[in-house]
Amino acid sequence: MASNFKLEIVTPEKTIFTSEVDQVTIPSYEGEMTILKDHIALVTFLRPGIIKIGEKDLENFYLDDGIVEFSDNILLILTTSARNLKEFSNNEIAALLKEVNVGLGKSNLSDKEKYILSHKADALEAIRK
Amino acid sequence: MPSLDDLKKRIKSVKSTQKITKAMKMVAAAKLKKAQESAEKGRPYSDKMQNIILNLTKSFKENSNAPKLLIGSGEDSTYLCVIMTADRGLCGGFNTNICKLAKKKMREFLSNGKKIKIITVGSKGYDQLKKEFNKFIIEKKSLKDKKKISFNDAALIGKRIVELFEKNEFDKCIIFYNNFKNVITQIPQAQQIIPAKIDRVETKSAEKEEFYEFEPEEDEILEDLLPKNISTQIFKAFLENSASEQGSRMTAMDNATRNAGDLVDKLTINYNRSRQASITKELIEIISGAESL
Repeated sequence: MASNFKLEIVTPEKTIFTSEVDQVTIPSYEGEMTILKDHIALVTFLRPGIIKIGEKDLENFYLDDGIVEFSDNILLILTTSARNLKEFSNNEIAALLKEVNVGLGKSNLSDKEKYILSHKADALEAIRK
Repeated sequence: MPSLDDLKKRIKSVKSTQKITKAMKMVAAAKLKKAQESAEKGRPYSDKMQNIILNLTKSFKENSNAPKLLIGSGEDSTYLCVIMTADRGLCGGFNTNICKLAKKKMREFLSNGKKIKIITVGSKGYDQLKKEFNKFIIEKKSLKDKKKISFNDAALIGKRIVELFEKNEFDKCIIFYNNFKNVITQIPQAQQIIPAKIDRVETKSAEKEEFYEFEPEEDEILEDLLPKNISTQIFKAFLENSASEQGSRMTAMDNATRNAGDLVDKLTINYNRSRQASITKELIEIISGAESL
Protein backbone atom coordinates (compact mmCIF):
# COMPACT_ATOMS: atom_id res chain seq x y z
CA MET A 1 0.00 0.00 0.00
CA ALA A 2 1.22 3.41 -0.86
CA SER A 3 -0.13 5.03 2.25
CA ASN A 4 2.09 3.17 4.66
CA PHE A 5 4.76 4.63 6.89
CA LYS A 6 7.26 3.15 9.26
CA LEU A 7 6.61 2.75 12.95
CA GLU A 8 9.29 2.02 15.51
CA ILE A 9 8.66 1.50 19.20
CA VAL A 10 11.89 1.55 21.16
CA THR A 11 12.47 0.91 24.86
CA PRO A 12 15.80 1.28 26.66
CA GLU A 13 16.20 -2.48 26.55
CA LYS A 14 15.35 -3.15 22.94
CA THR A 15 13.28 -2.28 19.90
CA ILE A 16 9.96 -3.97 20.51
CA PHE A 17 8.07 -3.15 17.35
CA THR A 18 9.08 -2.10 13.90
CA SER A 19 6.91 -2.42 10.85
CA GLU A 20 5.09 -0.63 8.05
CA VAL A 21 1.68 0.51 9.17
CA ASP A 22 -1.15 2.55 7.70
CA GLN A 23 -2.20 4.43 10.79
CA VAL A 24 -1.34 4.77 14.44
CA THR A 25 -3.37 6.27 17.24
CA ILE A 26 -1.32 7.57 20.15
CA PRO A 27 -2.39 8.92 23.53
CA SER A 28 -0.63 12.25 23.26
CA TYR A 29 -0.33 14.37 26.37
CA GLU A 30 -3.03 16.76 25.26
CA GLY A 31 -5.38 14.23 23.73
CA GLU A 32 -5.57 11.23 21.51
CA MET A 33 -4.15 11.70 18.05
CA THR A 34 -4.14 9.55 14.96
CA ILE A 35 -1.18 9.78 12.65
CA LEU A 36 -1.36 8.98 8.96
CA LYS A 37 1.24 9.14 6.26
CA ASP A 38 2.77 12.54 5.45
CA HIS A 39 1.86 14.02 8.80
CA ILE A 40 3.73 17.24 9.56
CA ALA A 41 7.00 16.72 11.47
CA LEU A 42 6.01 16.48 15.08
CA VAL A 43 7.42 16.05 18.55
CA THR A 44 5.17 15.34 21.47
CA PHE A 45 5.03 13.27 24.59
CA LEU A 46 2.54 10.78 25.86
CA ARG A 47 0.32 10.22 28.83
CA PRO A 48 -0.63 6.72 29.98
CA GLY A 49 -2.82 5.12 27.38
CA ILE A 50 -3.01 2.72 24.49
CA ILE A 51 -1.27 2.83 21.15
CA LYS A 52 -3.49 1.42 18.46
CA ILE A 53 -1.65 0.31 15.40
CA GLY A 54 -3.36 -0.15 12.07
CA GLU A 55 -6.84 0.62 10.87
CA LYS A 56 -8.15 -2.70 12.06
CA ASP A 57 -6.34 -2.61 15.40
CA LEU A 58 -3.57 -4.97 14.38
CA GLU A 59 -1.60 -4.58 17.59
CA ASN A 60 -2.25 -2.66 20.75
CA PHE A 61 0.30 -1.52 23.26
CA TYR A 62 -0.26 -0.10 26.69
CA LEU A 63 2.27 2.45 27.92
CA ASP A 64 2.85 4.79 30.82
CA ASP A 65 4.86 7.48 29.20
CA GLY A 66 6.92 8.14 26.15
CA ILE A 67 8.08 10.60 23.59
CA VAL A 68 7.06 10.62 19.97
CA GLU A 69 8.85 11.97 16.97
CA PHE A 70 7.45 11.93 13.48
CA SER A 71 9.55 12.99 10.54
CA ASP A 72 10.19 11.76 7.03
CA ASN A 73 7.35 9.28 7.39
CA ILE A 74 9.04 7.54 10.26
CA LEU A 75 7.15 7.48 13.51
CA LEU A 76 9.41 6.90 16.44
CA ILE A 77 8.04 6.16 19.88
CA LEU A 78 10.50 6.10 22.76
CA THR A 79 9.02 4.64 25.88
CA THR A 80 10.16 2.97 29.06
CA SER A 81 7.03 0.99 29.67
CA ALA A 82 5.31 -0.40 26.57
CA ARG A 83 3.43 -3.66 26.98
CA ASN A 84 1.75 -5.60 24.23
CA LEU A 85 -1.84 -6.08 25.25
CA LYS A 86 -1.72 -9.70 24.20
CA GLU A 87 0.88 -10.38 26.89
CA PHE A 88 -0.75 -8.26 29.53
CA SER A 89 -2.61 -10.52 31.93
CA ASN A 90 -5.73 -9.48 33.75
CA ASN A 91 -4.06 -9.99 37.11
CA GLU A 92 -1.28 -7.58 36.26
CA ILE A 93 -3.78 -5.01 35.08
CA ALA A 94 -5.79 -5.39 38.25
CA ALA A 95 -2.65 -4.99 40.38
CA LEU A 96 -1.61 -1.85 38.52
CA LEU A 97 -5.10 -0.47 38.74
CA LYS A 98 -5.11 -0.95 42.48
CA GLU A 99 -1.80 0.87 42.73
CA VAL A 100 -3.14 3.76 40.68
CA ASN A 101 -6.26 4.06 42.80
CA VAL A 102 -4.15 4.19 45.94
CA GLY A 103 -2.09 6.92 44.29
CA LEU A 104 -5.20 8.85 43.34
CA GLY A 105 -6.43 8.72 46.90
CA LYS A 106 -3.51 10.77 48.15
CA SER A 107 -4.32 14.38 48.86
CA ASN A 108 -1.01 16.03 48.07
CA LEU A 109 -1.03 15.43 44.32
CA SER A 110 -0.10 18.15 41.90
CA ASP A 111 -2.44 18.82 38.99
CA LYS A 112 -0.05 17.14 36.61
CA GLU A 113 0.23 13.99 38.71
CA LYS A 114 -3.53 13.85 39.07
CA TYR A 115 -3.96 14.24 35.33
CA ILE A 116 -1.55 11.44 34.55
CA LEU A 117 -2.87 9.08 37.18
CA SER A 118 -6.49 9.51 36.19
CA HIS A 119 -5.62 8.74 32.58
CA LYS A 120 -3.71 5.72 33.70
CA ALA A 121 -6.75 4.53 35.61
CA ASP A 122 -9.00 5.11 32.59
CA ALA A 123 -6.67 3.30 30.24
CA LEU A 124 -6.29 0.32 32.55
CA GLU A 125 -10.03 0.19 33.15
CA ALA A 126 -10.61 0.15 29.41
CA ILE A 127 -8.33 -2.79 28.70
CA ARG A 128 -9.49 -4.93 31.58
CA LYS A 129 -11.32 -7.86 30.13
CA MET B 1 65.65 -26.90 46.65
CA PRO B 2 62.08 -27.85 47.55
CA SER B 3 61.45 -31.49 48.17
CA LEU B 4 59.60 -33.69 45.70
CA ASP B 5 56.50 -33.67 47.84
CA ASP B 6 56.42 -29.87 48.01
CA LEU B 7 56.71 -29.63 44.25
CA LYS B 8 53.93 -32.13 43.78
CA LYS B 9 51.67 -30.13 46.07
CA ARG B 10 52.43 -26.89 44.26
CA ILE B 11 51.71 -28.38 40.87
CA LYS B 12 48.40 -29.66 42.15
CA SER B 13 47.38 -26.31 43.61
CA VAL B 14 48.35 -24.37 40.49
CA LYS B 15 46.37 -26.82 38.40
CA SER B 16 43.26 -26.33 40.46
CA THR B 17 43.66 -22.56 40.26
CA GLN B 18 43.90 -22.95 36.53
CA LYS B 19 40.64 -24.86 36.51
CA ILE B 20 38.92 -22.05 38.39
CA THR B 21 40.23 -19.32 36.14
CA LYS B 22 39.28 -21.31 33.09
CA ALA B 23 35.74 -21.75 34.37
CA MET B 24 35.52 -18.05 35.17
CA LYS B 25 36.64 -17.23 31.69
CA MET B 26 33.93 -19.40 30.19
CA VAL B 27 31.27 -17.83 32.39
CA ALA B 28 32.50 -14.34 31.53
CA ALA B 29 32.45 -15.16 27.84
CA ALA B 30 28.85 -16.31 28.02
CA LYS B 31 27.84 -13.29 30.07
CA LEU B 32 29.76 -10.99 27.78
CA LYS B 33 27.72 -12.11 24.83
CA LYS B 34 24.51 -11.29 26.64
CA ALA B 35 25.79 -7.98 27.93
CA GLN B 36 27.04 -7.01 24.51
CA GLU B 37 23.69 -7.81 22.98
CA SER B 38 21.78 -5.73 25.45
CA ALA B 39 24.25 -2.88 25.07
CA GLU B 40 23.64 -2.93 21.35
CA LYS B 41 19.90 -3.16 21.75
CA GLY B 42 19.96 -0.24 24.14
CA ARG B 43 21.83 2.05 21.82
CA PRO B 44 18.96 3.13 19.51
CA TYR B 45 16.96 4.45 22.43
CA SER B 46 19.65 6.73 23.79
CA ASP B 47 20.84 7.81 20.34
CA LYS B 48 17.37 8.74 19.24
CA MET B 49 16.60 10.51 22.44
CA GLN B 50 19.74 12.59 22.01
CA ASN B 51 18.62 13.54 18.53
CA ILE B 52 15.20 14.63 19.65
CA ILE B 53 16.71 16.73 22.40
CA LEU B 54 19.13 18.25 19.96
CA ASN B 55 16.29 19.22 17.67
CA LEU B 56 14.48 20.73 20.60
CA THR B 57 17.44 22.65 21.89
CA LYS B 58 17.97 24.41 18.59
CA SER B 59 15.05 26.62 19.42
CA PHE B 60 16.60 27.49 22.77
CA LYS B 61 19.86 29.00 21.59
CA GLU B 62 19.72 32.28 23.45
CA ASN B 63 16.72 31.78 25.55
CA SER B 64 17.13 32.21 29.27
CA ASN B 65 13.90 30.32 29.89
CA ALA B 66 15.59 27.09 28.99
CA PRO B 67 15.41 24.47 31.72
CA LYS B 68 18.29 24.50 34.14
CA LEU B 69 19.12 20.89 33.41
CA LEU B 70 20.08 22.04 29.96
CA ILE B 71 21.99 25.24 30.57
CA GLY B 72 23.22 24.61 34.10
CA SER B 73 22.58 26.53 37.26
CA GLY B 74 24.67 29.45 36.12
CA GLU B 75 27.40 28.65 38.60
CA ASP B 76 30.42 26.46 38.37
CA SER B 77 31.56 25.63 41.85
CA THR B 78 30.32 22.20 42.95
CA TYR B 79 30.81 19.08 40.91
CA LEU B 80 28.94 15.85 41.42
CA CYS B 81 30.94 12.84 40.31
CA VAL B 82 29.05 9.61 39.80
CA ILE B 83 31.54 6.80 39.65
CA MET B 84 30.19 3.61 38.21
CA THR B 85 32.14 0.44 38.83
CA ALA B 86 31.50 -3.25 39.22
CA ASP B 87 30.48 -5.03 42.40
CA ARG B 88 32.86 -7.88 41.81
CA GLY B 89 36.59 -8.08 41.45
CA LEU B 90 38.83 -10.35 39.43
CA CYS B 91 38.26 -8.44 36.25
CA GLY B 92 41.68 -7.08 35.45
CA GLY B 93 42.09 -3.34 35.40
CA PHE B 94 38.42 -2.65 34.94
CA ASN B 95 37.65 -1.02 38.27
CA THR B 96 41.10 0.46 38.68
CA ASN B 97 40.94 2.20 35.32
CA ILE B 98 37.72 3.97 36.14
CA CYS B 99 38.98 4.97 39.57
CA LYS B 100 42.27 6.17 38.18
CA LEU B 101 40.52 8.48 35.74
CA ALA B 102 38.07 9.64 38.38
CA LYS B 103 40.85 10.35 40.89
CA LYS B 104 42.82 12.32 38.32
CA LYS B 105 39.82 14.43 37.37
CA MET B 106 38.77 14.98 40.94
CA ARG B 107 42.24 16.12 41.97
CA GLU B 108 42.09 18.56 39.07
CA PHE B 109 38.76 19.92 40.24
CA LEU B 110 40.03 20.27 43.79
CA SER B 111 43.18 22.07 42.77
CA ASN B 112 41.04 24.47 40.73
CA GLY B 113 39.22 25.34 43.90
CA LYS B 114 36.01 23.49 43.08
CA LYS B 115 34.01 21.52 45.56
CA ILE B 116 33.24 17.92 44.77
CA LYS B 117 30.63 15.45 45.84
CA ILE B 118 30.78 11.81 45.02
CA ILE B 119 28.23 9.09 44.49
CA THR B 120 29.70 5.66 43.99
CA VAL B 121 27.72 3.03 42.19
CA GLY B 122 29.17 -0.42 42.67
CA SER B 123 31.08 -1.43 45.78
CA LYS B 124 34.51 -1.77 44.18
CA GLY B 125 34.63 1.92 43.36
CA TYR B 126 33.81 2.79 46.94
CA ASP B 127 36.57 0.52 48.22
CA GLN B 128 39.14 2.18 46.03
CA LEU B 129 38.08 5.75 46.67
CA LYS B 130 37.30 5.76 50.37
CA LYS B 131 40.91 6.15 51.40
CA GLU B 132 41.53 9.43 49.64
CA PHE B 133 38.07 10.86 49.06
CA ASN B 134 36.00 9.49 51.90
CA LYS B 135 34.83 12.88 53.13
CA PHE B 136 33.41 13.76 49.71
CA ILE B 137 31.36 10.61 49.27
CA ILE B 138 27.74 11.48 49.91
CA GLU B 139 26.13 8.26 48.82
CA LYS B 140 27.13 4.79 47.89
CA LYS B 141 25.00 2.39 45.97
CA SER B 142 25.50 -1.26 45.27
CA LEU B 143 23.62 -3.42 42.85
CA LYS B 144 25.19 -6.62 44.01
CA ASP B 145 21.95 -8.46 44.54
CA LYS B 146 20.62 -7.56 41.11
CA LYS B 147 21.15 -10.18 38.48
CA LYS B 148 20.26 -8.01 35.57
CA ILE B 149 20.16 -4.26 35.67
CA SER B 150 16.84 -2.94 34.49
CA PHE B 151 16.00 0.52 33.34
CA ASN B 152 14.21 1.12 36.61
CA ASP B 153 17.43 0.77 38.59
CA ALA B 154 19.02 3.39 36.40
CA ALA B 155 15.95 5.59 36.66
CA LEU B 156 16.16 5.52 40.45
CA ILE B 157 19.70 6.84 40.36
CA GLY B 158 18.73 9.36 37.70
CA LYS B 159 15.86 10.62 39.82
CA ARG B 160 18.12 10.99 42.82
CA ILE B 161 20.58 13.05 40.80
CA VAL B 162 17.84 15.33 39.48
CA GLU B 163 16.51 15.72 43.01
CA LEU B 164 19.92 16.79 44.28
CA PHE B 165 20.26 19.18 41.39
CA GLU B 166 16.95 20.80 42.13
CA LYS B 167 18.07 21.34 45.71
CA ASN B 168 21.10 23.19 44.32
CA GLU B 169 23.44 20.64 45.79
CA PHE B 170 25.73 20.80 42.76
CA ASP B 171 26.23 22.65 39.48
CA LYS B 172 27.72 20.05 37.24
CA CYS B 173 27.33 16.32 37.11
CA ILE B 174 29.85 13.98 35.58
CA ILE B 175 29.56 10.24 35.28
CA PHE B 176 32.55 7.93 35.07
CA TYR B 177 32.25 4.58 33.37
CA ASN B 178 34.01 2.27 30.95
CA ASN B 179 33.01 2.48 27.33
CA PHE B 180 32.96 -0.92 25.68
CA LYS B 181 34.91 -0.79 22.46
CA ASN B 182 35.72 -4.43 22.03
CA VAL B 183 36.64 -7.40 24.17
CA ILE B 184 40.18 -6.25 24.86
CA THR B 185 39.72 -2.50 24.79
CA GLN B 186 37.56 -0.64 27.23
CA ILE B 187 38.00 3.06 27.52
CA PRO B 188 37.29 4.77 30.83
CA GLN B 189 35.19 7.82 30.22
CA ALA B 190 34.08 10.94 31.98
CA GLN B 191 30.82 12.19 30.60
CA GLN B 192 29.10 15.34 31.68
CA ILE B 193 25.36 14.90 31.96
CA ILE B 194 24.30 18.09 33.73
CA PRO B 195 24.20 20.58 32.09
CA ALA B 196 23.44 18.38 29.12
CA LYS B 197 26.06 18.28 26.46
CA ILE B 198 24.43 16.94 23.36
CA ASP B 199 26.44 15.59 20.51
CA ARG B 200 24.79 14.94 17.23
CA VAL B 201 24.56 11.23 16.64
CA GLU B 202 24.91 10.63 12.95
CA THR B 203 21.80 9.44 11.22
CA LYS B 204 20.62 9.48 7.67
CA SER B 205 18.76 12.73 8.00
CA ALA B 206 21.56 14.43 9.89
CA GLU B 207 22.16 17.22 7.41
CA LYS B 208 18.59 18.15 6.96
CA GLU B 209 17.15 20.90 9.09
CA GLU B 210 13.76 19.78 10.28
CA PHE B 211 10.99 22.06 11.38
CA TYR B 212 8.90 20.37 13.95
CA GLU B 213 5.53 21.03 15.29
CA PHE B 214 5.67 20.81 19.05
CA GLU B 215 2.80 19.81 21.17
CA PRO B 216 2.80 21.01 23.93
CA GLU B 217 5.40 23.79 23.77
CA GLU B 218 9.11 23.07 23.48
CA ASP B 219 9.94 23.97 27.05
CA GLU B 220 7.30 21.67 28.45
CA ILE B 221 8.56 18.78 26.39
CA LEU B 222 12.13 19.50 27.40
CA GLU B 223 11.22 19.63 31.05
CA ASP B 224 9.73 16.19 30.73
CA LEU B 225 12.47 14.84 28.57
CA LEU B 226 15.66 16.03 30.25
CA PRO B 227 15.27 14.08 33.49
CA LYS B 228 14.46 11.04 31.38
CA ASN B 229 17.55 11.65 29.35
CA ILE B 230 19.67 11.56 32.49
CA SER B 231 18.24 8.18 33.42
CA THR B 232 18.82 7.04 29.87
CA GLN B 233 22.44 8.13 29.96
CA ILE B 234 22.96 6.34 33.23
CA PHE B 235 21.32 3.23 31.90
CA LYS B 236 23.54 3.37 28.85
CA ALA B 237 26.56 3.71 31.11
CA PHE B 238 25.35 0.65 33.03
CA LEU B 239 25.07 -1.41 29.88
CA GLU B 240 28.44 -0.32 28.57
CA ASN B 241 29.92 -0.97 31.97
CA SER B 242 28.57 -4.47 32.32
CA ALA B 243 29.77 -5.42 28.85
CA SER B 244 33.18 -3.94 29.69
CA GLU B 245 33.31 -5.74 33.00
CA GLN B 246 32.71 -9.11 31.42
CA GLY B 247 35.11 -8.41 28.58
CA SER B 248 37.77 -7.31 30.98
CA ARG B 249 37.21 -10.31 33.21
CA MET B 250 37.40 -12.64 30.26
CA THR B 251 40.75 -11.24 29.15
CA ALA B 252 42.10 -11.26 32.67
CA MET B 253 41.04 -14.84 33.28
CA ASP B 254 42.40 -15.92 29.93
CA ASN B 255 45.77 -14.49 30.88
CA ALA B 256 45.61 -16.11 34.28
CA THR B 257 44.85 -19.49 32.76
CA ARG B 258 47.77 -19.16 30.40
CA ASN B 259 50.12 -18.07 33.17
CA ALA B 260 49.02 -20.98 35.31
CA GLY B 261 49.76 -23.32 32.40
CA ASP B 262 53.25 -21.88 32.04
CA LEU B 263 53.83 -22.25 35.73
CA VAL B 264 52.69 -25.87 35.72
CA ASP B 265 55.10 -26.60 32.86
CA LYS B 266 57.98 -25.03 34.73
CA LEU B 267 57.17 -26.81 37.96
CA THR B 268 56.82 -30.12 36.16
CA ILE B 269 60.30 -29.74 34.68
CA ASN B 270 61.65 -28.94 38.13
CA TYR B 271 59.83 -31.89 39.57
CA ASN B 272 61.20 -34.29 36.96
CA ARG B 273 64.69 -32.92 37.39
CA SER B 274 64.73 -33.41 41.11
CA ARG B 275 63.22 -36.87 40.75
CA GLN B 276 65.97 -37.76 38.25
CA ALA B 277 68.59 -36.26 40.56
CA SER B 278 67.47 -38.39 43.48
CA ILE B 279 67.45 -41.53 41.32
CA THR B 280 70.96 -40.79 40.10
CA LYS B 281 72.06 -40.18 43.65
CA GLU B 282 70.70 -43.53 44.77
CA LEU B 283 72.34 -45.30 41.85
CA ILE B 284 75.70 -43.76 42.68
CA GLU B 285 75.29 -44.86 46.25
CA ILE B 286 74.49 -48.42 45.23
CA ILE B 287 77.34 -48.62 42.69
CA SER B 288 79.94 -47.13 45.00
CA GLY B 289 78.69 -49.43 47.75
CA ALA B 290 79.15 -52.48 45.48
CA GLU B 291 82.57 -51.31 44.37
CA SER B 292 83.86 -50.98 47.92
CA LEU B 293 83.07 -54.60 48.61
